[in-house]
Amino acid sequence: MSDSEKGSATAEESKAELDRAFESLYRDHLRDVYSYSYYRVGNHHDAEDVTEQAFLQAYRHFERARRESNGRPLRPWLIRIAHNLASNYHRDRARRPQRVLEESEPIAAPHPTERIVEGREELKSVMEHLQHLPDDRRDALIMRFALGMDNREIARALGRSDGATKVLIHRAIKQLEEEMSADGS
Amino acid sequence: MAAEPSRDVETLLRSALRPIEPPENFAGRVEETLSAVTEAAAEELSAWAEELSESELRSLRDPRNWVRPAAAIAAGGVAAGGLVLVELRRRGGGKRSNRLSGLADQVSEIADQVRDQVRNRLD
Repeated sequence: MSDSEKGSATAEESKAELDRAFESLYRDHLRDVYSYSYYRVGNHHDAEDVTEQAFLQAYRHFERARRESNGRPLRPWLIRIAHNLASNYHRDRARRPQRVLEESEPIAAPHPTERIVEGREELKSVMEHLQHLPDDRRDALIMRFALGMDNREIARALGRSDGATKVLIHRAIKQLEEEMSADGS
Repeated sequence: MAAEPSRDVETLLRSALRPIEPPENFAGRVEETLSAVTEAAAEELSAWAEELSESELRSLRDPRNWVRPAAAIAAGGVAAGGLVLVELRRRGGGKRSNRLSGLADQVSEIADQVRDQVRNRLD
């Protein structure tokens, strides 16, 4: 086998290994990315689009992310991609001019609480208050409770320090508690 | 240092923010999209590869191997070539018109990336 052929074979092995790693990442975290997207955009249709775009972006940058992760889990990186895409989604929606009535789609519920909370008013209330938290507080709580991420993972996903993330989550929960209490929830 | 958060609100959040399972057919659709995008990038690269010399082509071998994700294998393969473009156009129709431009951008970007990778390895 020539040097050129050996090099080509090595490159193919390396690519195959990278593909296996990406497939594993995809299978392990599809539900995480989908859950996060869903809680951010509030409907399945757009959650599907955000999730799909997140994995496309992840695939494009996977090799570099893997190299730079130094063996750390890639879930925070993946969620950060979904986080940025969801932010773009909300920004684009805010900028989009109003369409004529015939072209309008039915307004999506901000959150399908009726399916999730199954009529439990307490849970419905916490979801409604959650939607009114400042973005960073709400996002941190989604990561913590829907995805089960720890402070370190959330810190990496949000680009903050571990300490700042701990304080962020604490304040988010405290704000929820105070606002629900004020509402008599 | 921040105190431990309230157990009651935490319990409520844990119950309310349950993980959401993607729709049943969704995983397959993502895999197909990944495949379609990378196959379309490979198509674009095929045209570019015609400009390479014989020795460069031998080094490159099949350009599809450079961009084919594992997801494509999991999906059992998708239509290649012109059919992919038809598929991209089909997906671009109707309510999802913004998706076509997104996918087209992905195709170009992936093709650019692979061109760079191949050039680096050939240098």
